[in-house]
Amino acid sequence: MAKIELSFYPGCSSQKGATSSNYLVSAQTMCEELDIQLNEIPDWNCCGASIGYGGGGELPRLTLSARNIALSEEHNSGQEIVATCAACWLSTREAKERLHEDEQMFKDANAALSEAGLKYEGESNVRHMVEVLVEDIGFDGIKSKVKKPLEGLKIAGYVGCQTNRPFGIAGESFENPQYLDKIVESVGADSIPTYEKKVQCCGGALAFSEPEKSQEMIKGIIEAAYDNGADMIVTPCPLCQANVEIYQDNINETYGTKFNMPVVYYSTLMSVAFGRSATDAALNGQVIPAKKLEEIANK
Amino acid sequence: MSDLNTAMIEKYRSSFLKEVEANVEEGEWVKMCMQCGVCSGSCPLGKHWEHPPQEIFMMIRAGKRDDVLSSDSMWMCTSCYNCIARCPRGLPITHIMHGLAVYSKRLGLTPQKQPTAEFSQIFWDNLMKKGRVNELKLGLSMYFKDGFGQGIKNAMANQKLGQNMMKAKRMNAMEFFGGHSVKDLSGFQKMVKKAQEIEEGNIKDFK
Amino acid sequence: MADDKKFAGYVCTGCGLGERLDAGQLETTATRDGKMQSCKQHEMLCSAEGVQMIKDDIANDDVTHVMIAACSRRAKVEAFNFTDVALTRANLREGVIWVRPDTDENKETTQEMADDYIRMACAELKSMAKPSASGEQSLNKNILVVGGGITGMTAAIEAAAAGYPVHLVEKNGALGGAVGSYYKVIPTRSPYDAPAENPVPALSEAIEADGNITVHLNSTITKTDGAPGRFSVDIATESGSTETISIGAIIQASGWKPYDANQLPEFAYGKSQDVVTNHELEALAVAANGGPIKRPSDGKEVQSVCFIQNAGQCSDKDGHLTYFAGVTDLVSIKQAMYFKELNGECDTTILFDNLRTPGAGGEDFYRAGQNAMVTFSKGIASEVVPGDSLTVKFEDKILNEQTEMACDLVVLATGMEPNSGPDPYAQLTVDMAEDEEEKAKAQAILENAPPSILNLQYRQGTDLPHLKNGFTDSHFICFPYETRRTGIYSAGPVRRPMDIQQARDDATGAALKAIQAAENAGLGRAAHPRSGDLSFPSFRKEGCTQCKRCTVECPFGAINEDEEGYPMYNESRCRRCGTCMGACPVRVISFENYSVETVNQQIKNVDIPEEWDEKPRILVLACENDAYPALDQAAQAGVEINPWARVIPVRCLGSVSLSWVTDALNNGYDGIVMMGCRRDDDYQCHFVRGSAMAAERMSKVGDTLDTLNLEPERVILHEVAITDVERAPQLINDMAETVEKIGLSPFKF
Ligand code: SF4
Ligand code: SF4
Ligand code: SF4
Ligand code: SF4
Ligand code: SF4
Ligand code: SF4
Repeated sequence: MAKIELSFYPGCSSQKGATSSNYLVSAQTMCEELDIQLNEIPDWNCCGASIGYGGGGELPRLTLSARNIALSEEHNSGQEIVATCAACWLSTREAKERLHEDEQMFKDANAALSEAGLKYEGESNVRHMVEVLVEDIGFDGIKSKVKKPLEGLKIAGYVGCQTNRPFGIAGESFENPQYLDKIVESVGADSIPTYEKKVQCCGGALAFSEPEKSQEMIKGIIEAAYDNGADMIVTPCPLCQANVEIYQDNINETYGTKFNMPVVYYSTLMSVAFGRSATDAALNGQVIPAKKLEEIANK
Repeated sequence: MSDLNTAMIEKYRSSFLKEVEANVEEGEWVKMCMQCGVCSGSCPLGKHWEHPPQEIFMMIRAGKRDDVLSSDSMWMCTSCYNCIARCPRGLPITHIMHGLAVYSKRLGLTPQKQPTAEFSQIFWDNLMKKGRVNELKLGLSMYFKDGFGQGIKNAMANQKLGQNMMKAKRMNAMEFFGGHSVKDLSGFQKMVKKAQEIEEGNIKDFK
Repeated sequence: MADDKKFAGYVCTGCGLGERLDAGQLETTATRDGKMQSCKQHEMLCSAEGVQMIKDDIANDDVTHVMIAACSRRAKVEAFNFTDVALTRANLREGVIWVRPDTDENKETTQEMADDYIRMACAELKSMAKPSASGEQSLNKNILVVGGGITGMTAAIEAAAAGYPVHLVEKNGALGGAVGSYYKVIPTRSPYDAPAENPVPALSEAIEADGNITVHLNSTITKTDGAPGRFSVDIATESGSTETISIGAIIQASGWKPYDANQLPEFAYGKSQDVVTNHELEALAVAANGGPIKRPSDGKEVQSVCFIQNAGQCSDKDGHLTYFAGVTDLVSIKQAMYFKELNGECDTTILFDNLRTPGAGGEDFYRAGQNAMVTFSKGIASEVVPGDSLTVKFEDKILNEQTEMACDLVVLATGMEPNSGPDPYAQLTVDMAEDEEEKAKAQAILENAPPSILNLQYRQGTDLPHLKNGFTDSHFICFPYETRRTGIYSAGPVRRPMDIQQARDDATGAALKAIQAAENAGLGRAAHPRSGDLSFPSFRKEGCTQCKRCTVECPFGAINEDEEGYPMYNESRCRRCGTCMGACPVRVISFENYSVETVNQQIKNVDIPEEWDEKPRILVLACENDAYPALDQAAQAGVEINPWARVIPVRCLGSVSLSWVTDALNNGYDGIVMMGCRRDDDYQCHFVRGSAMAAERMSKVGDTLDTLNLEPERVILHEVAITDVERAPQLINDMAETVEKIGLSPFKF
């Protein structure tokens, strides 16, 4: 397989000591195995996430992403931009599309960027890591790298919102995307294609500002996974991962449930299936340990 | 003319719609809504919206300026993009909700202590400091937003969560002193300031 | 060809017939019982070779009557198209082997069925003659178009372009109709984003330049006599002169009239000059002459306008139209855009309950309206309060509140009413009314009948019959424009509410139908649904008792009366349904190839086994338009039919003579099943009234059964649709069960 080189936008949450630092570790392991080279965008900044709008408004928010694209185009010229975080991908791609459609906005963004000595062209593709997996590597490509199939594991594929909407993965439906299930199958585990909370919102940033309202939704997501006999949940989104994993104690307290459902990234699954160690797969980053995965990794 | 009379005459005039078109992100789409209600049926926090999106669009067209701008409904938007994926008329509803929220905040009409409004400002301020978000400080500011006493309570309530995160090395107490930052911080800040100025300059006065 | 008749039979052994049936015996039956002078077998009669064999016999042996025993008369029609002979088909494939199981114990009854069908076909053939045109009229290419609006103008242009001279009659002094005075029209071309130029001036020019079109302005039709191909039409001008013109076919495009908004006092119509209908707004827009539209009361430039949709339409309230005009939502969008174009910052609100924007560009035009800042509010107006500024009170259905708005002008989106002539059946509707309320309604319609448009000199009235809500007849079974008066086509909003584009499409279609009708009349051929049929009914004057049943019951008004009171057939008005034949109590009406006798002979020539054989016989009279095809399809699907059944196709149940039923019962048939099309208001009858007439006549069968001392269950009449593939055979099988229950008929000799 030819080497794939991408301009990488890791995003704040994957930094060391941040909520999805484990995502970064496992994604890097996964990319090593798939011969994907990630060239970090130098000096990238926060995308504003989906909640930044409230303080940032429109142009300042779009300018944040424009700066990242400009930096990528300057330093990683000719490479497609890839993000692992759903919100990063969405903000960046949205900014690109909006600036493309709106000439005035394009000029205004460039006026602001010039303050930092940058110029925005907006020529690069902005992709999510799963697009690279589905479109460039392919399910067969993933299968061919599997050394330790995750046999006997039943995994609920939780796609969530922003990896799925408004852009989504080409060829997938918004209401019932299939690619995550196919990834699960590709690494030898059993998927749950009818998992009914596949694209249910987890509350996103409102998990922080409206915890009760959000946790009620999160409860449904976990409950449905249990109902379908899942051993764990897999997701492509850092906010989904965090929201669904870390509030289980709170939910148990409020609702008297006994949730203890591990929530992992697809990159974690793949790292283990590709034969890498538990540490490389960032299994130590689980708040709720994924014991069955650990067992396979340590075999 | 009595106030009531003026209000009545103002009703169903498009002045508020025009204001929204001029000052709200993607506001020029509001007039294209065909009132099918699909969006209203799509919000995950739907039951907490006093006025779901469809209704908000109708209220805008019916000139209900104060009702819309002082509503906390828009702040219930989780940015799930369900509505955008489903709207038969292709309205960028999520962005309009965000835009309305921002506009209401700009005019000082947002309800006091609206938690998402506060959180989003804290988030923005946090990211402005270093160009990247410092999750620890973000969390702490959120806990302490209502004063020191409440902050301790909030922090205690979530103490276990924090410990869990630290154990998993997904939260770092050292972040409090420094943390990640963009290198060209001054360029970054100047850039954002400029963008804010431009945006400010584009706001048209309607009242 | 010699006058001598020569009968030839042909038995096909293809399609499994040879294996299932004893072909030699069939041949014997044809020659011995059926009296065919010759009978030949062929292993695939529909092949070029088989067909050639028959053709050769016709050419060389002077065969005049052909009996083909093979598949259904609905199969291989092209192959067996011998125009110079009388032809009949014995249906052995769909009628026999496909509906019977291929087992030894059924062999005997299957063969009996086949033999019977051969006897029936031969007997029918004996009393048939080769149909030929009457020559009552020759080709007359003149097309009369009544009404000079968009529809009429388009029909005239289209017919003329096809090479047919047109007389275009308009009662007003100028062409253009209702739309003629409009400011602009709903766009009919992409991108559908703004009101379009009025097409009337361009159409007028085209008509003026067309040497094939004669325009009669200020004119009306004072008399229409004759029939397709030979209509004689009197066109009278206002000044008093009359011209008589000979016409081949007619298009009635008399258009529509606006609903009378005086019935809407709740909206202050008539109380405030600033409440206008959509129709009236056009004049205001034209009067604005490119400047801002001004309100009627004081000439103030309109700064806010409110459109009230469904004003007096789609409503069950007294005096309102129950139906929707189809276009008035698009019309309001168009007119709202006038204000956006002419009145600058004018607030423009459309209050709708259910916005309907049909047509290719409807949705785009709606968006264009929204884009132009027309406010669409889902709300139902309850009242308009007059005043310097009008107040519209309404219920906002999205915000769920009773509210109101102020505006300078209110536009009522009122509906369209047809400009029909008087309904020829208005009196009949009064007579047939089932209750007092219905009667009163029908009486009111009768008394308020509009003036005649066509002044037809028909026994059955001066104008085209009506459908619901006073719209002119059209679209009976499967064909638009087709009315119950052959050769007269209705087009445009006189037949249903429609917009300009639809009216123009309608006009084009009607022009084609009119041309076809004129051509058919010239050749003596029937129009839809028996297109091309050359047979036509004639009556034996000597036997006629002048009972008038035929003249009254013909669904197409084809029969007039002469001075002596005898029926006068008009071949080219006739649809060949046979309803008159079924009506005649003395059985003097017949077609060359279809008569009381042709069917009676089939009934009589079925072999009726003796009572002790325990083989009942069930007569099935199946309408050839729906029931017979349904049975054919059932056969294709392998649905079984009882072996006692003998099916005879009829042109329409309306053609069924009561004598067939009595004769069959007297001959020892054990049950009779009649299958015709649905006959209520949503009739499916291809001849509109035929099935209903039959049902009425057959209600009298009870007496016959009584006299014969037979059980009433033995005769039954069903409504059958072409889709009743499972049900149609079941109905026959049900009768077999009934017969089994009540026992065989005692009338077997
Ligand atoms: S768009 Fe769908 S839900 Fe809405 S009316 Fe049509 S069919 Fe019903
Ligand atoms: S994006 Fe916001 S407005 Fe749209 S469905 Fe989700 S919560 Fe509702
Ligand atoms: S889905 Fe779109 S068209 Fe329908 S009500 Fe919502 S915004 Fe309007
Ligand atoms: S289609 Fe008819 S004519 Fe032809 S072989 Fe079959 S039964 Fe005979
Ligand atoms: S009843 Fe039928 S067959 Fe008889 S004249 Fe009328 S249209 Fe012709
Ligand atoms: S129904 Fe028969 S008897 Fe009566 S008028 Fe007609 S032709 Fe004469």
